[in-house]
Amino acid sequence: MTGLTLRAAVGNRGVDIAFDVGAGEVLAVLGPNGAGKSTALHVVAGVVRPDDGQVRAGDRVLTDTAAGVHVPTHRRRVGLLLQDALLFPHLRVAANVAFGLRSAGRSRGEADAAARRWLAEVDAADLADRMPRQLSGGQAQRVALARALAAEPDVLLLDEPLAGLDIAVAGAMRTVLRRTLTRGGRSAVLVTHDLVDVATLADRVVVIEAGRVVEAGRAAAVLAAPRSRFGARFAGVNLVAGTAAAGGVLHTESGSWHGVVAGEVRTGEPAVAIFSPAAVAVYRDRPNGSPRNSAVVTVAEVDSSGPVVRVRAAPQSDGGPGLAADITAESAAELRLAPGDRIHLTVKAQEVALHPAP
Amino acid sequence: MGRRTGSRTASAHAPAAALPRWIYVPAALGALFVALPLVAVAAKVDWPRFTTLITSESSVAALWLSLKTATASTALCMLLGVPMAMVLARSTSGLVRAVRPLILLPLVLPPVVGGIALLYAFGRLGLIGRYLDAAGVQIAFTTTAVVLAQTFVSLPFLVIALEGAARTAGANYEVVAATLGARPSTVWWRVSLPLLAPGLLSGSVLAFARSLGEFGATLTFAGSREGVTRTLPLEIYLQREGDADAAVALSVLLVVVAALVVVGLGSRRLRAQGWT
Repeated sequence: MTGLTLRAAVGNRGVDIAFDVGAGEVLAVLGPNGAGKSTALHVVAGVVRPDDGQVRAGDRVLTDTAAGVHVPTHRRRVGLLLQDALLFPHLRVAANVAFGLRSAGRSRGEADAAARRWLAEVDAADLADRMPRQLSGGQAQRVALARALAAEPDVLLLDEPLAGLDIAVAGAMRTVLRRTLTRGGRSAVLVTHDLVDVATLADRVVVIEAGRVVEAGRAAAVLAAPRSRFGARFAGVNLVAGTAAAGGVLHTESGSWHGVVAGEVRTGEPAVAIFSPAAVAVYRDRPNGSPRNSAVVTVAEVDSSGPVVRVRAAPQSDGGPGLAADITAESAAELRLAPGDRIHLTVKAQEVALHPAP
Repeated sequence: MGRRTGSRTASAHAPAAALPRWIYVPAALGALFVALPLVAVAAKVDWPRFTTLITSESSVAALWLSLKTATASTALCMLLGVPMAMVLARSTSGLVRAVRPLILLPLVLPPVVGGIALLYAFGRLGLIGRYLDAAGVQIAFTTTAVVLAQTFVSLPFLVIALEGAARTAGANYEVVAATLGARPSTVWWRVSLPLLAPGLLSGSVLAFARSLGEFGATLTFAGSREGVTRTLPLEIYLQREGDADAAVALSVLLVVVAALVVVGLGSRRLRAQGWT
C-alpha cells in the first residue's frame, strides 16, 4: 500500500502541477499536447529534476527540492511504459522481462522463471523465446508491461501505452491492464488521449492545460460533466465559460446562457455551462418562438463519420472549443451545411447545466 | 554510417520516387573519377614481379607495422571514443557543447599540423613530453608515436559515427532500463553498449581504415624508421623515389587491405543491424 504524491514546478517547461494517487488507484492525466503531462511523469520517474517540488511514494521521499533529496531513477521503484514498447532489441523476450530481476541481483534461473510467470500473466507465455523484432505492436506492448511489472514497482507510469495499437488489440491490452495494473495496492498514472481508457481504467482524472491542473475529480464525474475546456472537448460535451448571475444565468463575452444550476454556483464568480451536443438544434434562419438559449455561429466542420452528424462551430470568442451539435443525417441533408455557413444554434434551458468553474 | 533504422516500420526498401534521368550523368562521372585512378594503378602494376615486390623485407615490415599500429590505434579509439560519443550525445552541459568542436577539430585539420601539435605535446621538449622524458619515457619517433598519431586523426571519425548512432537510438531505452532498477553501470553494459554495437562496428572500421592510411601526422611526429615507425604509406612514399614499381605494388596492396576491412566488417555491420 503506497500511493503517490506529486508537487512539481519546472520553470523552463512552464509546468506547475500537483496531484496525488491513492494506493491501488489509477489516475488518468488528460490534456492537450505540450500541456506538461509527460513532464509530470518525468519528475515522478526522476528523469527531470523540478525547480521546486516534492515526490513521495508512500512514506518514501523520492524528490524533495527543499531538503535536497533526489533519489536516482533506478532506486525509485517507479515503472514506466511508453507508447513505444522499447524492448531491448538484443535480448530475447524472456531476458527482457527478466532484466529488472537480474539488475536486482537475482540468479539467472530465478529471474527466468519469474519472467515466464509474468509473461503468462499478460497472456504472452508463448512469446518467451522470440526476439523483439518478431513481435507485433500489441505483443511487444504486452511484453513491455510484463517487464515493467516484473520489477515490482510501487508506482507505474503509463504514457499513452495504447496509442499505437489497433482498436481490437488495444481492447485486449486494456483487459490485461485492468487485471494487473493496481494489484497489491500499486498506484498507476495513465496519460491518455482516449475516452475509453479513462472510462475503463481510471478511478480519478486530472486535466492539465498549459502546465497547470485545471480540473480534478472522479473519472465518472469528469466524463459526465467536465469543467475544463480540454475535458469538454475530450468528453464530447459543449462548454461555455463565463460569470454566474442570479437565477441560473451565465454571462459570457458573446451573450447570456440560461440553465439549471448543478453545483455551488455563486453570483459574480466564474462558472461554466455544460450541455450535450445532442441537445443542440441547428437552424439556417432565426428560429420562430423564443428559445432561451440561442447563438449565431460559423460552421467550422461537419463530421458525418459517426452515427449522427456532428456540426462543430468555429472556436468561441474567448478561445474555447467551438460549440458542437449532433443532428440526424436527414436534418443535415436538408440543411446542406458547409464550413463557413452562418447558422443559429438553440438549446433548451433545462438541457444546460451550470457548474462552478475550477 | 552508424545509422540505425529507427523503428520496425521504417523499411529499408521504401519505394523511391523516380530520379530525373540526367542525374545519372554526374553520378556516373563521379564514380568514374573515383574508380579510374584505382584502375590506373592496377594497370601500372608489374604483375610478374608483384609477389617479389611486396615480399621484400622492408615491405613486409611496413605492412606488419601498419596492421599492428592500426589495430592498436583502433582499440585506443574505441576505448576513448565510446565514452566520448556517449557524453557528447547525452550530456546537456554547456561545457561539453563548447568543447565538442575542439574534439572534432582533427577531422578538418591537416594531419601534418596534427603531427606538429603532437610533437609539441609529447615530444622531448613538449608540454607533457618534457616530464615524460625526465621520467625516462620517450614517445616521439617510436612505434607508440605512430599509434598516437593514428589515434589523433582517427578518433573524431569514430566519435562522430557513434555520436550519431547514440542520438538516433535516443535515451529512452536507458531511461526504461533505469526504471527497471538497473544501476547506471548496468545500463551502460547491458543496454547502451549493445545498442551502440552496429555504430561501434562501422565507426571502428572507419577509424581502422583512416589509421591504415595515416601519413602526415605519422611522418611529422614519429618519423620514418624502418620497422619502428615506417608504416605502409610512408614506405610507399619512400619507394616512389627509388623503385616506382615497388611503390605501385604496395599501393595496390594497401587498397586491397583497406577494401577487405571495409567490405568484410561492413557486411557484418549490416547483419548486426538486423535486430533493429
